[in-house]
Amino acid sequence: MIEGFINNLPMITILVHAAIPLTIILVYALVAIWGERKIAGFIQDRLGPMRVGGWHGWAQSIADLLKLIQKEDILPKDASRFLFRFAPFMMFAASYAAFAVIPFSSSYIGSNINIGVFYLLAVTSVLTLSVIMAGWASNNKWSLLGGMRSAAQMVSYEVPTIATVLTVIVVSGSLNLMTVTEMQSGNDILGFLPNWFIFQNPFLIVAFIIFFISILAESHRVPFDLPESESELVAGYQTEYSGMRWAMFMLAEYADMLLLSLLGAVLFFGGWNSPFGEFMGGPAWGFFWFMLKGLLLVFVMMWIRWTLPRYRVDQLMHICWSILIPLSFINLVLVALWEVIFN
Amino acid sequence: MLNTVKEGWTTFKSIFTGMGVTMRHLFGPSVTLQYPDEKMELPKGARAKLYVNIDDCIGCNLCARACPVNCIDIETVAATSDVDLGKTSTGNPKRFWLTRFNIDMAKCMYCDLCVYPCPTDCIYMVPEYEYSEFDRSGLVYHFSNLKPEMVAEVKEKAEKEAAEKKRQKEEMMRKKAEEKKRKELEKQKLEANKSIKEDDSSSKPENNDS
Amino acid sequence: MVEILDNIDQREMVINMGPQHPSTHGVLRLELVLDGEIIKKVTPNIGYLHRCFEKYAEQMDDYSKVIPYTDRMDYVSAINQEHGYVLAMERLLEIDVPERVEYIRVIMAELQRIASHLLGIGAFGLDLGAFTPFLYCFTEREKILDIFERTTGARLLYNYMAVGGLMKDVHPEFKTDTADFLKTFRPKIKELNDLLSYNDIFIKRTANIGVLPKQVAINYGASGPVLRGSGVQWDLRKNDPYSIYEKFDFEIPVGMGEMGTLGDCWDRYIVRVREMEQSLRIIEQALDGLPEEGDVTEAVPKRIRPKNGSIYTRSESPRGELGYYIESNNSASPYRVKARAPSFVHLGMLPAISKGSLIADLVAIVGSIDIVLGEVDR
Repeated sequence: MIEGFINNLPMITILVHAAIPLTIILVYALVAIWGERKIAGFIQDRLGPMRVGGWHGWAQSIADLLKLIQKEDILPKDASRFLFRFAPFMMFAASYAAFAVIPFSSSYIGSNINIGVFYLLAVTSVLTLSVIMAGWASNNKWSLLGGMRSAAQMVSYEVPTIATVLTVIVVSGSLNLMTVTEMQSGNDILGFLPNWFIFQNPFLIVAFIIFFISILAESHRVPFDLPESESELVAGYQTEYSGMRWAMFMLAEYADMLLLSLLGAVLFFGGWNSPFGEFMGGPAWGFFWFMLKGLLLVFVMMWIRWTLPRYRVDQLMHICWSILIPLSFINLVLVALWEVIFN
Repeated sequence: MLNTVKEGWTTFKSIFTGMGVTMRHLFGPSVTLQYPDEKMELPKGARAKLYVNIDDCIGCNLCARACPVNCIDIETVAATSDVDLGKTSTGNPKRFWLTRFNIDMAKCMYCDLCVYPCPTDCIYMVPEYEYSEFDRSGLVYHFSNLKPEMVAEVKEKAEKEAAEKKRQKEEMMRKKAEEKKRKELEKQKLEANKSIKEDDSSSKPENNDS
Repeated sequence: MVEILDNIDQREMVINMGPQHPSTHGVLRLELVLDGEIIKKVTPNIGYLHRCFEKYAEQMDDYSKVIPYTDRMDYVSAINQEHGYVLAMERLLEIDVPERVEYIRVIMAELQRIASHLLGIGAFGLDLGAFTPFLYCFTEREKILDIFERTTGARLLYNYMAVGGLMKDVHPEFKTDTADFLKTFRPKIKELNDLLSYNDIFIKRTANIGVLPKQVAINYGASGPVLRGSGVQWDLRKNDPYSIYEKFDFEIPVGMGEMGTLGDCWDRYIVRVREMEQSLRIIEQALDGLPEEGDVTEAVPKRIRPKNGSIYTRSESPRGELGYYIESNNSASPYRVKARAPSFVHLGMLPAISKGSLIADLVAIVGSIDIVLGEVDR
């Protein structure tokens, strides 16, 4: 009904479709930054932010945002002015644009195109470009090293990510994320398990592990946070940024985390499908389940972040090129074989 | 191949062990205090701020001399004979007016060395640590309880007495000197008499004192 | 293709690491010559924390006034610094120290060694990106500092030891406090091992990195955990016993190259972890042997005025051989005080062992030799 209404007004349609993911990202970023600090605090036997806003410092991120808005926008003297200013926006735009094909609920998807996954992977590779841009434009040696590392890392890790996404595509036979999700409805496996892809095929569990490791690297999370490894490169490509421009990087990073986690939820954990079949189904619950799955993956990423040391740059490459990539392609073949034999 | 699998397995195992540890801590109690609301109970002897119980101070300057950074500044004026400053709680008689007893906590290095030599235990550290100031001069603590006019009065009095004493001393000195001169003259006379009498000691050593 | 490569402007990048850098452990400045991320040359630049300790000591009008300044050399292990200084002074003055004092000194020094190693280990983990072990280590270190605070009144710079004795006796519950700490600390070492020491990523980052061969370590004059990490059994507490260390039964952990080459970062790290266990053993024995009664200030001389002469005394600080050379000229202030700081010696090895490694390795190497800039610059 609502769709029928907004479809008649194209401008409003576009605006609404643009505003919904943006709202989700912004609210999520505020919550996630606070949540990450709380989780870090609890893991480290601290309490994290406690003062702003009363209950457990819930307004801390808002206060930080206000602070960042007021900060001076510093532009280094010898920086490449245009690139330096443009990089953070490009980075955010890349991760924001990718949200268009994420099926948030059974009745809402930004753009129901039939090459959704392809589009998503294509758009997120722009992130690499913006990181290099930021690293180069800052005219700072640390930034440059960070940018170089990140270029190598993100380009490499896109390969296993895509290979594992392909394994799911082999099973589903569709690039449309809505279709992929719909295929995972119902509770038929062993009589009670939901029809999620991760339960459908043992090799998809391996695929998920590879996928998860790769998205850790794609979104610069520990143990692969080399581009901004604070104990080596000060802050990597973000070194020269301050105020809102830096906040854009932060926002993009968190958005990227959510995006890739949601992609994982769609591909392996049934997207907006309820784990209890029809119980607690429907569009609204669908949104709830979907976000829950995504946020759980985000939580695991944070949990890992506060546990592990980080890899070195050559080890990172070694893991990617000599372990993950061969493994993911072997896995792809095995999944395909399984599909041919059993289905 | 097998090696890689084995390696991968140990990696995952160690990662999960670590994650188990952090997960246990995630639900464990916190060890921190929410500082301005809750405060740590400092033990009795905690060294956080110097305090002087000025009533017990006898102005002996030992603490100032013990200080490695010279952050204690003491000025004393001898009490005139007509005033009795009383005794400290430890029974030591007080003989000086403390016209200045300043401690610069910005310089203090909290080493506690000033505390030990104090004969009356009147300078000690107190566990009070919240005393930031906007201006550095605010960290200079004035412990002397004499009012400025009192200081002036005491100083004047002391000067007067000192002048009086000096005068008396000078007089004494003069008297002593006169006495000495007189005695020496007598001695010379005596010796002269002696030499006349004996008349043979020509190479007598010179008499020199000290 | 070759032409293109020839035309590319290939330059080495000179980069300044520090003095404000997250993992140079204070105000160390390293001048790096980089080829990509590979280090061609490292030049440590020191002196940003120079406070003229040695010159200042000559200006003091009393030997005991130097003690608070020794605290400030290696501020992470202040008790050990004081211990070295008072040992030197006692030998110079030929003072016999009461047994109770010696026991308390040993307990304090070993507690301080644990505290210092905890900080070293935690900061090393932090350099490699593991934030959480750092805070766990700090939680434990706080407990030790609590014991120190109750005894001495200070948390970091204690000024607790006096020439010939101690400034004051320990607090009444000292024994039970320390015993409680020992009880809770043992499981924490295991937890630390689970979380960090045997973590595979950590091992990958530290094994075979910054290898310091035995002979090189000896040639450079390394000491303490750095030397032991290279497999040399050398601990002044055993090899040149001072205080009452010969009474205690403990082992010297040495690196064995378990995870990679002998003398790599992991070996140096694990020596510290194992040394903490040995320190626990020493403290346990010392707590048992601690005499109940005794005046800790009875041997403290009223006036310190050593005869003409000089002395060099060394002791085992958590970082290595800490030596004090004191020359006296029969006056109340020392004629010359020279400290042989282990961190300074170890920093000198840095260019030799970090050549050809990556920036990330350099961070690990600096972390593993565990320098304290207060001691390097003095």
